[in-house]
Amino acid sequence: MTKQKLECFHTKENPTWCPGCGNHLILSALKKALTKMDLDPTQVVVVSGIGCSSGLPHWIETYGFHSIHGRAVPVATGVKLVNHDLNVFVVSGDGDGYGIGLNHLIHAMRRNLDITYLGHDNQIYGLTLGQTSPTSERGAKTVSTPHGSIETPINPLALGLASGATFIARGYAGKTAHLADLIVKGTEHKGFALIDIFQPCVTLNKVNTFEFFNKRVYELTEHNPADFNNAFSKSFEWGEKIPIGLFYQTKRDTYSEDLPQLKETPLVKQKINNVDISSVLEKYK
Amino acid sequence: MNDFVNWKIGGEAGYGILSVGILFGKFCTRNGLYAFYSSEFPSLVRGGHNTVQLMAKKNPVLSQHSEINLLIALNKETIEKHLHELSPDAAIIYDSKEFDLKGIKLKKSLVLIDIPLTEIAEKHGKKIMRNTVALGASISLLELEFNELEGLIKEAFSGKKDALIPINIAAAKEGFNFIKNRNIKFNYKLKAQKKKNNIFINANDAFSFGAVKSGLKFVAEYPMTPSSSILSFMAANELNYDIVVKQTEDEIAAINMIIGGAFAGARSLTATSGGGFSLMVEGLGLAGMTETPIVVVESQRPGPSTGLPTMTEQGDLSFVLTASQGEFPRLIMAPGDVQEAFETGLYSFNYAEKYQLPVIVLLDKYVSEGNTTTKMFDSNKFKIERGKLLSKAPKNYLRYAFTKDGVSPRVLPGTLGTVYKANGDEHTEKGVSDEEEANRIEMMNKRMRKLEYLKKEIPEPKLYGDKNAKTTLICWGSTKGIALEAIEELKKHKIKANLLHYNFIFPFKEKTLLKLLKKSKKVLLVENNKTAQLGKLIAEETGIKIKNKFLKYTGRQFYPQEIVKKVRSLK
Repeated sequence: MTKQKLECFHTKENPTWCPGCGNHLILSALKKALTKMDLDPTQVVVVSGIGCSSGLPHWIETYGFHSIHGRAVPVATGVKLVNHDLNVFVVSGDGDGYGIGLNHLIHAMRRNLDITYLGHDNQIYGLTLGQTSPTSERGAKTVSTPHGSIETPINPLALGLASGATFIARGYAGKTAHLADLIVKGTEHKGFALIDIFQPCVTLNKVNTFEFFNKRVYELTEHNPADFNNAFSKSFEWGEKIPIGLFYQTKRDTYSEDLPQLKETPLVKQKINNVDISSVLEKYK
Repeated sequence: MNDFVNWKIGGEAGYGILSVGILFGKFCTRNGLYAFYSSEFPSLVRGGHNTVQLMAKKNPVLSQHSEINLLIALNKETIEKHLHELSPDAAIIYDSKEFDLKGIKLKKSLVLIDIPLTEIAEKHGKKIMRNTVALGASISLLELEFNELEGLIKEAFSGKKDALIPINIAAAKEGFNFIKNRNIKFNYKLKAQKKKNNIFINANDAFSFGAVKSGLKFVAEYPMTPSSSILSFMAANELNYDIVVKQTEDEIAAINMIIGGAFAGARSLTATSGGGFSLMVEGLGLAGMTETPIVVVESQRPGPSTGLPTMTEQGDLSFVLTASQGEFPRLIMAPGDVQEAFETGLYSFNYAEKYQLPVIVLLDKYVSEGNTTTKMFDSNKFKIERGKLLSKAPKNYLRYAFTKDGVSPRVLPGTLGTVYKANGDEHTEKGVSDEEEANRIEMMNKRMRKLEYLKKEIPEPKLYGDKNAKTTLICWGSTKGIALEAIEELKKHKIKANLLHYNFIFPFKEKTLLKLLKKSKKVLLVENNKTAQLGKLIAEETGIKIKNKFLKYTGRQFYPQEIVKKVRSLK
């Protein structure tokens, strides 16, 4: 087997993100992770919705689906159910995944499909130029909350725990090696891997900046990822110290493993001619 | 003596009204007869007024009929509500121990049959078995043999509820004998005919069989009346045919999942009604833009909003014609009966894959839940056609390559030698987002060009009856059988009429229509909606406004007799 080189994943087109945007680093971490796992680009599908982060599939040389706002998860679910041999990634922003598409994310987690979910979390709406997002902090002043947000932000990790996700982690764009390692672990994990990623928006979020996170984030080392309760309380740690790393991991059959229809081969590889409907039709006589 | 019967049973929901109707329809079918079933019930699990109507005769029945000849009244309300529908010589089966007929004005000519339905039911089991007793009585009154009913009861309860078999047979038999011993004069008799290779089925199941036969592999659906039985059919058969069936969190998930599934290469289906389709609309555009082949069943019920959730209407044609922002090609089919529903199931995926576009199948409650006796489905001529689906990627492969017919060769994710992006943004041939004018024009033209070729491939609307008739009916979808029966009945009034039925609605085929309009003196558009939506499409496509319209939007489909009356009144 030939080893994949990082360059295999480079596209001719260049990202259109702002210079210095956290997305560049996440893209780089993803490419590193795919290279490290020696994945064939043709066996990878990256699905996205709408938003700054959702441009990502265009800048990684794999199969991709740039869908509509909030719907990356159902599109990815369809891809995975039809061809579970493929490595399926979802790339979604905080507005896309934790706002308009949240319903799908919760259900995907409880279903435990073998999908790796990268939640690019910059706590702001970027592409629409600076409105509040589901993860904006209380008090955050944005163009849609000029007097400060009066809502409590969503906690994606706690939500993942409550929804039955089997792999829950948090990365930081500013620590790409650590993030790449999390993506590898999440992809190798059998089941739904939720990776929330701090992705500073250098243009529109002047609070949650690289500097903000550099000062606060620390890597979880002593934490036991099998400990659900501790993972839950850790997920609420916010302020001077903010943990990143693997919060929780558990084993549960994936959705595809529980489907007898998929035991032998993925749906897409099954023969579709010569289906015999006659015996079931007999019941209508 | 009449050799048909229009039978109706009424009572509260939870009395087994719908199930006994299906049982009677199957019974007729097994006796070589033809039956047409239609039901009316409120949106309740229990309570409220439920009815089933079943027309049975020795020749094919194509629609519901208005005049009832045999009424089974499980409560007083049934008689009060449906008295005006009865033929003068109709019979009413009721139980005087449950209610009296005080205050109801009954014509002398009616045949009143008082049967202790409850007493018999409770003697053998529970009160709920009154429906079975009444069915036994009905077939006896119609002078049919009991045998087939015994077999049907066995099949209905076998496996899960074996203990119910003997008691139901006994109850039915006692109802049967009760009539047999009484020598009641009734003007409607059925005679068992030679056994035929017929089935008793509705359009949801018929479509589902077609779809399964055509190689369906993935279904994502959120339940909504009257499409829900497609989900339960598929779930019941998922292991028979190795289909993955996913009940989703909402209709938005359903359509986007099948877009993902179709992109990955499986024939993928969703089904819903108008409300759910409203939620799917953005996804429909995504399928259009990414040229992903999907099939969406939209079984209509009267809107707007929740509307009349368990009733029927053809009110969503205009909606599905332009649903979603922007312009993209789509195919709209509207099968008129169970045979056409089966064919639609069979061929819709061929069209979707050959032209890489969304196919919308319009059904409605009337056909989705209207069981009909029909000949066994035949799919011998059917061949799976997947269009330009390649198993290997050519050199310099471009997913959205410009081609003469607008259809670009497709490879599936996982295919070696290339990668590409499916893209909901306007894109280049490669799939890269692009906002340049020149590319936009080319891409729009490429996608819309598919319609020209698709239009050539789909059939013209079908003309039924004498092609030189001076009166022409025009309709679409589920109104077909009703209009056909109306044409037959018009002959009795010395009126020659024909019918032009649109099964494939869009892209719109106008050739047959234009020819016909030149010949016909009286043209009547018959639609089960308020604003003549096919009429609007005809006007848009041909510039011709059809003056005479017969529109019904009561939540019920037409009766042939209504159409006959309307045609006779045309000046």
